[in-house]
Amino acid sequence: MKRIYIREEYCMGCRLCEIHCLVQHSKSREIIKAYKGEYPKPQPRLIVEEKGYLSFALQCRHCEDAPCLEACITGAMYRDRETGAVLCDEDRCVGCWMCIMVCPFGVISRNLEGKKVASKCDLCMGEETPVCVRNCPNEAIVYEEKT
Amino acid sequence: MNYVIIGNSTAGVAAIEAIRECDKDGRITVISDEPYANYSRPLISYLLAGLVSADKMPYRTGDFYKDNRVELILSKRADRLDLETREVILQDGKRVPFDRLLIATGGIPIVPEIKGINLNGIFTFTRWIDAERIKKYIEDNGVEKALVVGGGLIGLKATEALMELGIKVTIVELADRILSATFDKKASKIIEDALSQMGCRLITSNTVVEFSGEGQKVEQALLRDEETVPADLVIIAIGVRPNVELPVHTPIKVNRGILVDDLMQTSVKDVYAAGDCCEARDALLNINRPIAIWPNASRQGKIAGYNMAGVRREYRGGFAMNSVELCGIPTISVGTTDPSALPGTGPEGEYEVLDHLDENRAVYKKLVLRDNTIVGAIFINDIDRAGIYTGLISDKVDVSSFRAHLLKEDFGLISLPKEYRKHLVTGEAIEI
Ligand SMILES: Cc1cc2nc3c(=O)[nH]c(=O)nc-3n(C[C@H](O)[C@H](O)[C@H](O)COP(=O)(O)OP(=O)(O)OC[C@H]3O[C@@H](n4cnc5c(N)ncnc54)[C@H](O)[C@@H]3O)c2cc1C
Repeated sequence: MKRIYIREEYCMGCRLCEIHCLVQHSKSREIIKAYKGEYPKPQPRLIVEEKGYLSFALQCRHCEDAPCLEACITGAMYRDRETGAVLCDEDRCVGCWMCIMVCPFGVISRNLEGKKVASKCDLCMGEETPVCVRNCPNEAIVYEEKT
Repeated sequence: MNYVIIGNSTAGVAAIEAIRECDKDGRITVISDEPYANYSRPLISYLLAGLVSADKMPYRTGDFYKDNRVELILSKRADRLDLETREVILQDGKRVPFDRLLIATGGIPIVPEIKGINLNGIFTFTRWIDAERIKKYIEDNGVEKALVVGGGLIGLKATEALMELGIKVTIVELADRILSATFDKKASKIIEDALSQMGCRLITSNTVVEFSGEGQKVEQALLRDEETVPADLVIIAIGVRPNVELPVHTPIKVNRGILVDDLMQTSVKDVYAAGDCCEARDALLNINRPIAIWPNASRQGKIAGYNMAGVRREYRGGFAMNSVELCGIPTISVGTTDPSALPGTGPEGEYEVLDHLDENRAVYKKLVLRDNTIVGAIFINDIDRAGIYTGLISDKVDVSSFRAHLLKEDFGLISLPKEYRKHLVTGEAIEI
């Protein structure tokens, strides 16, 4: 499957990926509204890690052998048959955080606004390329199929 | 190939998926004594509280059994195994032949032998039907006060559900604190305080010696110290034990649970076991023991399924872990959380503890280290990114080079040595 690959040596820590991710996962998909006026407050689905000159954006790896799928007690976490992406059906999620306990990348977060649900990267379902990748000015994250 | 699975829950369902992934043609028969296609056991407290509706109970929905071409035998108990003829004998005498068998019969709640235990209004709490019966009993009898016997995970989940329904709950726990199996003292205290604040009464270092009531219904419990606690509903939650009824009179070796090897095969060829009924390897303590939790049941079921279908996969061992919100406080506990309470695993001196307690915010984080690897963790209130530590525990990563960063606010993959980060993500993704 096509995955997001991270090239930390190219990351400048500009956090544009984070902004675009948040806007993409907002209701209005407009930056000002998304940041200032929406409830539940939208949340970025990726994490930018930064220490000194080193930085990178990290999002769900959509693991082949995904521990979150095994740990989910409601069936909310599932693998999309067509794309292979690991997705969370927020309607089924009860916010037990078993997935957070087992994700070795620490890329599932709690969305506590409104109904408590696990929040994670969905590879921007429906978009040709995830918005974090599309908007990265330095190709520090790329979206490709590797064998 | 004729696959038969006894038990249609976490382990059984995971096995179905693994078998079908490798064998598109084999016949899969699943036998369950419960009437439901499948449902999530941990959700029964949510169901009782009215937080989850009946239609959200199944965790594999729609055409799962049809798509996987599974023949489901529901509401029938497997009564006996005939290992000579390779058949499972159902309660109605029907014989189901197998080439490969998976025993995934789960656990049975432990019921203490106490005078009055058979009174009406006393329930265990592990099945959908328990939640339904409790709900009906509450409605029919206008229950106002409940007693929960056992302050472990299931007891506390039951407590929460009852409190959500406006019932006043008293917990009686034999140990000197609640959650003593998975938490340390400080963590227990945070939850105990929160429970008290919500109006739940907690009685520790004590137990029930008799239930009584006029007529057939429970009205009170007499405790060991002779206090009487009024209760028109009692939930018994003192633990579950592996359900080993089926193999017990067969050559299949059983200790506390059914013994399995790393392929999840029992001592009898072609007979496998997985989930709460078995004793698989504890990767941290290096012994075989039952660890009755969902992620282990699904992992084991999956490994069993692959091996049954002829695709060799080894179980790397599991360890205790749990994530639960109690009184609105998220908590995660993994592995060995309280070395001082460990029986027979060497002097406590071998373990080191790193912890951080912020009493005002009720935030508690603790890591237990042994030989420079993390072997246990507790997170209360701040649970974000806890899985990174679980991963370090699972992979037995030497943390000496980044030890100082372990409990820092900004701890992340970036704190890990580059090679490990690479290892973590190669094959899966990141190129670092
Ligand atoms: C209230 C509650 C909350 C929980 N919360 C959590 C949690 O938050 N996190 C977590 O990790 N774990 C939790 N657990 C534990 C988790 O549910 C179990 O570890 C898991 O369900 C084990 O799955 P299993 O497939 O091994 O067995 P089970 O789920 O016990 O299923 C076994 C099935 O086999 C059937 N069966 C048994 N014998 C026979 C027979 N002879 N013939 C036919 N059928 C038979 C049983 O009726 C049952 O349906 C919770 C459990 C309970 C009760």
